Order: sequence, then structure tokens, then C-alpha cells
Amino acid sequence: MTDTVPVLLQTIMFYIFAVIAVASGVMVISSRNPVHSVLFLILAFFNSAGLFILLGAEFLAMILVIVYVGAVAVLFLFVVMMLDIDFVRLRSGFMRYLPIGALIGGILCAELIVIFGSWAIAPGIAGLKAAPMTPAVAHGVGAVTNTRALGDLIYTRYVLAFQIAGLILLVAMIGAIVLTLRRRPDVRRQRIPEQLARSRVQSVAVVKVPVGGGVAEPAEPAGAGE
Amino acid sequence: MALAIVFLPLLAAAIAGFFGRTIGDRGAQIVTCGALLVSMALGIALFFLVILPHAEAQSVPIASWIVSGGVDVEWALRLDTLSGVMILVVTIVSAMVHVYSIGYMAGDPGIPRFMSYLSLFTFFMLMLVTANNFVQLFFGWEGVGLCSYLLIGFWYDRPTADAAAIKAFVVNRIGDFGFALGIFAVFVIFGSLDFTTVFAKAPTATHTVIDFLGWQVGALPLACILLFVGAMGKSAQIGLHTWLPDAMEGPTPVSALIHAATMVTAGVFMVARLSPLFEYAPLALAVVGVVGGTTAMFAASIGMAQNDIKRVIAYSTCSQLGYMFFAAGVSAYMAAMFHLFTHAFFKALLFLGAGSVIHAMGGEQDMRRMGGLWRKIPITYVVMWIGALSLSGIPFFSGYYSKDTILAAAWASGTAVGRYSFSLGTLAAFMTAFYSFRLIFMTFHGETRADHETMHHAHESPWVMLIPLFVLAGGAAFAGYFTEAYFVGDLRQWFWHHSILVLPQYNSLAAAGHLSGIIIYVPLMAGLLGIATAYLFYIADPAIPPRLAAQYRAVYLFLLNKWYFDELYDRLFVHTAFTLGDGLWKTGDERIINGLGPDGIAAATTELAREASRAQTGYVYHYAFAMLIGVVGLVTWYLFPR
Amino acid sequence: MAVSLAHYLTVSAVLLTLGIFGIFLNRKNVIIILMSIELMLLAVNINLVAFSVSLNDLAGQVFAMFVLTVAAAEAAIGLAILVIYFRNRGSIQVEDIHMMRG
Repeated sequence: MTDTVPVLLQTIMFYIFAVIAVASGVMVISSRNPVHSVLFLILAFFNSAGLFILLGAEFLAMILVIVYVGAVAVLFLFVVMMLDIDFVRLRSGFMRYLPIGALIGGILCAELIVIFGSWAIAPGIAGLKAAPMTPAVAHGVGAVTNTRALGDLIYTRYVLAFQIAGLILLVAMIGAIVLTLRRRPDVRRQRIPEQLARSRVQSVAVVKVPVGGGVAEPAEPAGAGE
Repeated sequence: MALAIVFLPLLAAAIAGFFGRTIGDRGAQIVTCGALLVSMALGIALFFLVILPHAEAQSVPIASWIVSGGVDVEWALRLDTLSGVMILVVTIVSAMVHVYSIGYMAGDPGIPRFMSYLSLFTFFMLMLVTANNFVQLFFGWEGVGLCSYLLIGFWYDRPTADAAAIKAFVVNRIGDFGFALGIFAVFVIFGSLDFTTVFAKAPTATHTVIDFLGWQVGALPLACILLFVGAMGKSAQIGLHTWLPDAMEGPTPVSALIHAATMVTAGVFMVARLSPLFEYAPLALAVVGVVGGTTAMFAASIGMAQNDIKRVIAYSTCSQLGYMFFAAGVSAYMAAMFHLFTHAFFKALLFLGAGSVIHAMGGEQDMRRMGGLWRKIPITYVVMWIGALSLSGIPFFSGYYSKDTILAAAWASGTAVGRYSFSLGTLAAFMTAFYSFRLIFMTFHGETRADHETMHHAHESPWVMLIPLFVLAGGAAFAGYFTEAYFVGDLRQWFWHHSILVLPQYNSLAAAGHLSGIIIYVPLMAGLLGIATAYLFYIADPAIPPRLAAQYRAVYLFLLNKWYFDELYDRLFVHTAFTLGDGLWKTGDERIINGLGPDGIAAATTELAREASRAQTGYVYHYAFAMLIGVVGLVTWYLFPR
Repeated sequence: MAVSLAHYLTVSAVLLTLGIFGIFLNRKNVIIILMSIELMLLAVNINLVAFSVSLNDLAGQVFAMFVLTVAAAEAAIGLAILVIYFRNRGSIQVEDIHMMRG
């Protein structure tokens, strides 16, 4: 995309995406309504996806939208709705931490700037810092999409990490279920093992019925289930 | 044989002490008395068969004790006339006291313990008198101090007895400290602690000096004075005498044995034993003489005003010891030993007789509640008369010979110290006779002041208590007359051989033999005057003492309260020690040391932990904040190149 | 001027800082903390991808994918814990959660 779209447009798009992302970040942490916070988080994700597309990592951008926005953020929304959280007034304690928080933040910021400024570039790739971020898009024969390239790497070189990531997800799923599963006492459900374990003796009784006579009230069969 | 004499009492003490419960009261008494009687017999035999025939001192080595660098000390017994005389005194009096105790302590729950302690004491005393070197002497010295403590505090459920025992031990300790310093000084001067070696080297050490903080001090006088300080403690001379009257808390046989005849005389024995040293230190002898003379007068003055029968006799002992010391002070060691010999008999007799009186009166010791007893306990009465006559120095009785010799030697020595001692000694003789007969008259004569019940029960003591009294009375009556020639008379040189050294220029005994004129009879006159005064005060006109006491109330109180020595010491030393101890304990130990040490550290740790736990607020965002600060810190750290 | 690596890194840094502040500046409830964590992870992802493009190395993007995976897992567990906590305590106000106070 970047070699067809003019640089100026790219710059503008970058600034738009960046500003909105930062703004939504601020709103996430300072919004009063938690639902609003989640929505702003979703907005931040979308804009980051936009940034990723500008960089040429379209697979990651789409994954961001699908997984982060579509799953994680929706999960957040579910929980926020479910927990019936009250609106809360901004308690007075906010101001107490602000000065020292600002101080620490300022220090961190200053250090980051210092690191920036004294960045020692390895010889040979000087100029990388200021080089325009044009993603290397190959053309012609041998050109692969971002997805294809990633796939090439993941399933060969990083296959172990890939498997482990899968395991992590499995563990997370089991964990979430184990933590939150609860049985309601008054819900009827089937107990399959019991049903399958029933034997003929428990269910059927053969009675000799005389002609003209009825069937007496049957005695409780042995080991009757429900 | 000598070993048997010394160690039989120890064996008996061990048996009675450890197996007392098994062998019972009777068994303990039999074992200890038997051992002591055997020891006594052997002692007499030893004296006549072994010691007297030999001119030089004999040594019976036992074992080696310390071999360390320059200090070479062995266990050995030294047998010469001096130790032989002491062995005689100790074994005879101890045996008599053992037998007497069978009767006196009958019914007491702790008889085996008592007999064991008595025998143990005898062992230590024998070790002391047969010591061949300073360290063995000190061993016996400390041992008798220990036994004195055990025996004074024998009835340990009586707080007064406990306090008296501790007082005796502590005051003795002070003296022992001086004694130990003296031993150190001797070692520094002579390089050896063996008597033979030290005595041989003594003449060469007269000019040795010790450097003390820049002062040049005569070494030999210093050592002798320090050793004498030990004797002052042990023999209850003025200054360190406060323990003796309180020691009367112990049973009467204890007083008779330890505080009349043997332990308190250890000091005199020591001075006589070390005569080869003291002769070369005239300054030390002068100190001895002054202290002895002063004590003689001082103790006698207190004895005049006491009302407890045992206290009178105790102060009398103190006073007579003063006599012995000032005799030594004028180099009349033989006279001192002679007086020690006779005094042992009549003082033990007086104590045991007093014990008999107390026994008869059912435990009463205050003379103001006695009187008119001579019909009830005639035998005791007679022996007490013998003892009192001997003590007062009436001719023919033992005390006369020894006491008069001492006073004559003091006068004849011609020195200022001698004359001073003579004056005080004569005054003391008057006072001695006075209080001895005051005791007799108040206890036995006149109308009884006791209550009817006690008088009704007053009875003579059993034979087991009377026989020792007879033996001692015999000694008190006849010992002096028959042995005078040997001890201080013309045969003394042959008798003592080399066990006592008297330099020719100090031979006051020889000079005493040449005295003439009225001065010889002054002590006798003083004694008779004392008896007459006592008769006047207590028989003829009993109203005189109270009137005098009321008229000269201050003087009377001064004498009654023992010259306020106890109060003085209490203020000066006891109070100070307690305050110092309290201060060091409460402030020094508790506040400073504990505060900086265990308590302080524990408290500080708790404080620190409490402060540190305030960081655990429970709020996750606090923790996250802390983590952030940590991260910033790390980044800052790595930012700056090292 | 052309958008360079520095721009992207700045964005990432700012988002990271916002996430950090979100953790201890919030006074509302615990969900905000979880969302701040997601913000921080997002910032890291931007950082990784920016470098990956700048250095022409795909490893950055691969790693960003794994970060994504783990973030999802962690969000799930975190929310599950939150739900149970709410069931037991009835409140997820930050100020009420201090049972571990020492």
C-alpha cells in the first residue's frame, strides 16, 4: 500500500491514528463510566490496528481486531455489564497520588528521553533511526504476503513457541472454567453415566398377568434410579 | 602417725557427712568422737615421742601440688614444737567438744551434720598448723573460715544465724584478702613459698624494697603487715572484730571450739610461725603490738556492759587474743603461745560451762534473768569459778602464769609500743577480772531473777557434758603451773628449739626474767581490784550498777553498743556497697547493658518490623506503584555509566 | 517530516506510560487495572512491530503475535478471578480490596 499512497497521506494518517489512540488511552483510565472505558479501549485497539496497517503488518492488524477487539474487549464488556458496577464519584484520593505520580512519571519520561538521545547506533545501520518507515514490500517473483511470510516463520522456526502458546490458551480456558463454574442446586440435568449404568433388573419387571385380572401396583424395582 | 592425726578427722567427717542418714545420730557421734579421741591420743604420743626428741623441724611429705614456673608447692606436714603444741591444743579441745556435743545437741535434728562439720573443722585446723608452706597454710586458713560459716549458720532456719554466718565469712574474707596479698608479697620477695626456704632467706631480705606507685616501701614489713591483716580478720582484732560477737548465734560447742580455742588462735599461731620473718620487720611487730594492745582494752571494756552470757565470753576472747598479739609484738612469741595454750583450756571451759548453764536454764542466755543458780547446778558452778579465776590471772591458776609473763615482757621490752601495751593490758586485766566475776555473780549468786518455771526445771547437765568440763578444768587449773618452765621459763630454748626465732636484741622474755620491783605485781593487783569491784557492784550493793549507768548514760551506751562499730561499718561500707550494687544493677545492668543489648535489640527489631509492615497496605495499586518506583530506580542506576 | 521509527516509539512510550498510570491512579474499580494492562501490552506490541519493520526482521511480528496470545489468556483468567471475587465480596471497589494488609 505504501508505495501507491503518497507520503503526505501516510503521515497524516499516522498522526490521526496516533492522536486518537493516545486520546482514547487517556479516556480509558479517566472515564467515570466503566462501560465507556471499555468502549474507549476498543477504539484504542482499532487505531493501533490502523497503525499496524500503515507499517505493513496487515496480518497482525487483523488479528488485533479479531482477537483483541472481538474477544477480549467483548469479554470485558460482558463482565462489566454482569457485575453491575455502580457509577462512582471520583473519590478524593485521586488527588493525593497525583503529585508523586506525576513526579515518577516525569522522571520516567526524562529517562526515556535521555535514552533516546544517547542511543548508540550500531555501525553500518546508521540512519536507521531517521529513515522513513517504509515497509519493505517485495515485488515481482518471490513476493509473499505478510501472512504467508509469518506462516513460513511460525511453523518452522518458532513452532515450539507456537505449540506452547496453544498450551497456554488451553490452560487459560480450563482455569477460567474451573474458577467460575458453579452448579445451581435446583436445575435439573441429566446424569449420563448413571443413565448408561442402568441395568435391566433396575428397569423392567416381568409379571405374569392372569386372564381378566389386572396388574397390581408394581413393587419398587430394585435399585430404581430417579 | 602424723598423717593419721591429720586425716582421721577428715575421714570421720566424710563418713558422718555422707552416710549420716544411714548410720544415724548415734553412729555419727561414735565415729566422729572416736576418731577425734584417737587423734588426740596420737597427738599426745606424737608430741612426746617424735617432736620433742628432735631439735630440727621434721617434714612428712604427702604429695606434690603445684609445679608451675617458679611456683613449687607441695602437700607436706611440718612437725616441730610449735605445730606440736598446736596439735595438742586442737585435738584435746576438739575431742572434748565432740564429747560435750553428744549431750548438748541431743534432740537436734541435724546431729550427723553437726558432728561432721566439727570433724571437718578439726581437719582444716590441723592442716593449718602442720603446714609446710604458705599455700597449705592458706588452704587450712580458708577451710576453717568455711567451717566457721557452716557451724555458725548451723541452725539455718534462723535468719539471725544466717546473717551472722555471712557476716563472719565476709569479714574474714576481708582479712583473707590482706593475707593473700601478703603471700604474693612473700613470693615476690623470696621467690618461694616454702617455709624452710623463706626462713633461711629472711635475714638477707631486710633491705628489699618494693616500688609502689613511685614510693619505695620496705618489702618485708609490708608483707608482714599484710599477713597480719589476715590474722586480724581471723582473730577478731579491732577493726575486723565485728563478726565474733554475732558468731555466738551458733551452738555453744561451736563457740567453744572455734571461737575460743582454735580458729581465732590461728592468727596468733601464724605470727608465731612466721617469727623468723617478723623479727626482721620491726615496723610490722610494732603494728602488731599496737593493734593487740588496743584490742585487749577495747574488747574488755565492751565485755563489762554486755548482758548475754555468751557475748561476755566472746569479748573476753577478743580481748585475750589482743594480749597474745601484743606479746608477739614485743617479740615474746613464746609467751603468746603459752597464753594461747592456757587460754584454750580456760576459755573453752568457760564456754562449755556457759553452755551447761544455758542447758540448765532451758535456753535462757540473758544474765539479767539468771541468778541464784549455784545450788541448782553446783558442778558447773565450781568449774566456772576455776575458769574465771584462771582468766582473771589469780596465782596458781594457768592464766596467771601466762598473762603475767606477757605483761612483764611488754614492760621489760622497754619500747614505746611495749609500754603502751603494758598500760592498756593492765587496764584490760582489771576489766577482765571485773567482767569475769560479774558473770559469776550475776549468774550464780544472789536472788534469782528467773521465773519460777525455769528455776524449777534447772538441773545439772548429764555426765557426757560434765566429763569434758572436768578435763578442761584440770587443764585450766594445772596446765600453767606445770608447763611454765617449758613454755616461757628456763627450759624454753630447749622446748621450742628452732620453731620460734627471737633475735637477741628483742629478747623481751629474758628481760622479763630480770624485772624487779613493784611492777611485777601490778597485773595481779589489777586483777584482785577487778574482783573486788565486781563483788561490790553485784553482791554488796547491787544498786550501784544501775545508778552508774544512769549517771554516765552516754558512756554506758557507748560500751553497751560495742563502741558503735557495727553502726559505723553499716553506714560506711554496707550502705555504700548496697547503694553501689543497686546503682550498678538498676542503671548499669538493666538500663544500659540490657537496653543496648538484648532488650534494646529486641525492641528495636519489633519497632523496625512494625514500621516495615506499614508498607503492606493490601492495595494492589500501592504495590504496583512500588514496583514502578523500583523500575525507575533501576533505570536510573543503569543510566549512569560506571 | 517523514514518519520515522522515533514517532512510533513515542506513541508506544506514551501508551505504556498511560497504562502504568492507569494502574495506580485509578480509584474506581479493578477492571480499570485489567484494562490498563491491556493498554500496556498494546504499547509493547506497537513497539515490537515498529522495530520489526525498521530492522527488516519478521521475528518482531512473530513475538507480537505471541504477546497477543498471552494477553488474551491473561485477560480471561483475570476476569474469571474478578468474577469470583465479586461473587464472594460483593464489591470490586479498589479501596475495599485490602485483605492482604500486613
